[in-house]
Amino acid sequence: MKRIAIVGGTKGIGRAVARLFVARGDRVALLGRDTGDLAASAADLAARATSAGASAPVTAVLDLERTETFATALDEAARQLGGLDTVVVTAGAFGTQDALEADAAARARVLSTNFTQTILFCEVARTRLLAAGGGTLCVLGSVAGDRARKPVVIYGATKAGLAYYMHGIDLRDRDAGLRAVLVKPGFVRTGMTAGLPEPPFAANPEDVAPAIVRAIDRGTPQIYVPAIWRLVMLVIRWLPGAVMRRVKF
Amino acid sequence: MLSGWGRWPMVPGRELLSEDLASLTVGASLTRGLGRSYGDASLPSTPDARVAGTRLADRVIAFDAETGILRAEAGLSLRDVNRTYLPRGWFVPVTPGTSFVTLGGAVASDVHGKNHHSAGTFGRHVRRLRLRTGAGDIVEASPEVEPDLFDATVGGMGLTGHMLDVDVALRRVPSPWIASETEYVPDLEALIARLLEAGKTWPYTLAWMDALGAGGRGRGVVYRGRWAEAEEAGGRPLTWPREVVFPMAVPYWALSPFGMRWFNELVLWRYGRRVTRAIVHPQTFFYPLDSLLEWNKAYGRRGFTQYQCVLPHRAGLAVFRKVFQTIAARGGAPYVVVIKDFGAEGRGTLSFPCPGITFSIDMPVAEGKTQAIVDAVNDLVAAEGGRVYLTKDAFTRAEHYRAMDPRVDRFNAMRRRWDPEGRIRSALSVRLLGDAA
Repeated sequence: MKRIAIVGGTKGIGRAVARLFVARGDRVALLGRDTGDLAASAADLAARATSAGASAPVTAVLDLERTETFATALDEAARQLGGLDTVVVTAGAFGTQDALEADAAARARVLSTNFTQTILFCEVARTRLLAAGGGTLCVLGSVAGDRARKPVVIYGATKAGLAYYMHGIDLRDRDAGLRAVLVKPGFVRTGMTAGLPEPPFAANPEDVAPAIVRAIDRGTPQIYVPAIWRLVMLVIRWLPGAVMRRVKF
Repeated sequence: MLSGWGRWPMVPGRELLSEDLASLTVGASLTRGLGRSYGDASLPSTPDARVAGTRLADRVIAFDAETGILRAEAGLSLRDVNRTYLPRGWFVPVTPGTSFVTLGGAVASDVHGKNHHSAGTFGRHVRRLRLRTGAGDIVEASPEVEPDLFDATVGGMGLTGHMLDVDVALRRVPSPWIASETEYVPDLEALIARLLEAGKTWPYTLAWMDALGAGGRGRGVVYRGRWAEAEEAGGRPLTWPREVVFPMAVPYWALSPFGMRWFNELVLWRYGRRVTRAIVHPQTFFYPLDSLLEWNKAYGRRGFTQYQCVLPHRAGLAVFRKVFQTIAARGGAPYVVVIKDFGAEGRGTLSFPCPGITFSIDMPVAEGKTQAIVDAVNDLVAAEGGRVYLTKDAFTRAEHYRAMDPRVDRFNAMRRRWDPEGRIRSALSVRLLGDAA
């Protein structure tokens, strides 16, 4: 049985992952900003859990934009779960390049949430996990971080930066018992991607969640979900800049 | 582009998705679940209309393990309900032939299933709804509170408001397995007689007919089912089958009546000429096609339609034969024909089922031809006092629909009360209910 804190576990991929954890009897703490939303998601998880009460999920208030909430939220989660061995971050901000060019506030939010604040949070989580003798830190990156592309310049840059950070943690802390897991989703149908033109291999959150849980269990440093995106990105990474300047995607 | 399960019509438009339905439905003109209605029921009236997709709003709000009453957000699918609660001894009270239907969609279509003769429609098991009306208010409706709004919403094709959450009573089952029987029957008369006979003792019944082979006599198979007792099932744990995606749209030339004849022969050969008894998986019994995702591509790029109507018992079998002859005479091949008897009418103002025999026929869409077939069949059905199922429909004309269903005026009056400016509309309501586009 794991004791897992999830940032972003009330929505999209995080919701699907939290459901799998609860279904197999792991203990889950949902970390987020909106207490009503947290309570509703905790109730959903509790109603789906097979043995009611035994593994009721808990919640703690955390705002990725407010650094001072990080330590208190993690401490609160650890207190309620009696410790913490896994921390998962599925929250993030998205905007297409067109949208971000038109909106300075959204631009700043994507840059700060996905890069600065996520890394600051991971640093707090990492120290706690290391102090407890190790654990797993899983963060959602994106295939957009693998190769610069015209529609997702800024968003892709934040995810590329985050990937570097996660790879660095993997190198630095694996021997100390901290396993860094970077998940790179392709196109997943969530509120974040609603309205975007759908590429091939689009998937639903519940389709990709099992592979993410498996990667967390095994401590895989990096996975693509759906797995086909590893191949797709291999090709796209090898396309010359002259081609990337011409294609629309 | 958006389309229903039949992939015809396909209209410009896009669907907004969010976990937060209460916010998403503000200013929306239509909600859409998993898009499993076949025709235009889930399609916007205009390309710029705000369509709120509910499928991310799939949280269970509460489940009472004593009464089996489930309260959940409208986007929760029957598939998810069954996978979560069947291992604990509960199943959806009524289910259509696919589990890829949301609770909101099940209410809006007031879906029916193999147990209509014993359990009625889905709406009979709904205890309460919460919806955002076209005027923008959030209202609770139940058989006791705002009963008129509740009745109009059950089977109201999503036109009375945006459903936010639903209370439905699940059904207790003795085991997660189905005790089933299949029986080969040589002609249509016997098929319907056996179906009605089976309904007297079996909670789940259905007939499948081969309209193409054996000189069109209407030979087929009757399916009977009930939940297996725990000792019959032998305590086998239930695992769900793997799902595979149908790879590509089948080219049009491959969809020949000739090919379908062989498909039907194969089905009949499998069931032989006798009664077969087995303990089967609920997925096999209720949702034989659900493990094959996107099977609608099997009907090719031009899409397909499913014609489903109900004929009162007094209409007689001659009308059935005439329907199949009409379709064949106009060059349509009735590919898959499913027959079911309906019990009493439910309380939904516009709910489809009424006492009689319903049948549904899958047909690939062919330019010009399909419209003529549906028109001709609708002439017959209207004359016999039958009506069509809006959830499947894409081709019925407003004149035919009004002739079949005089309840429309009462339904529209109810809509106006909660939506005076007529904000909630769909492509279907424009086509059939007199809404402006």
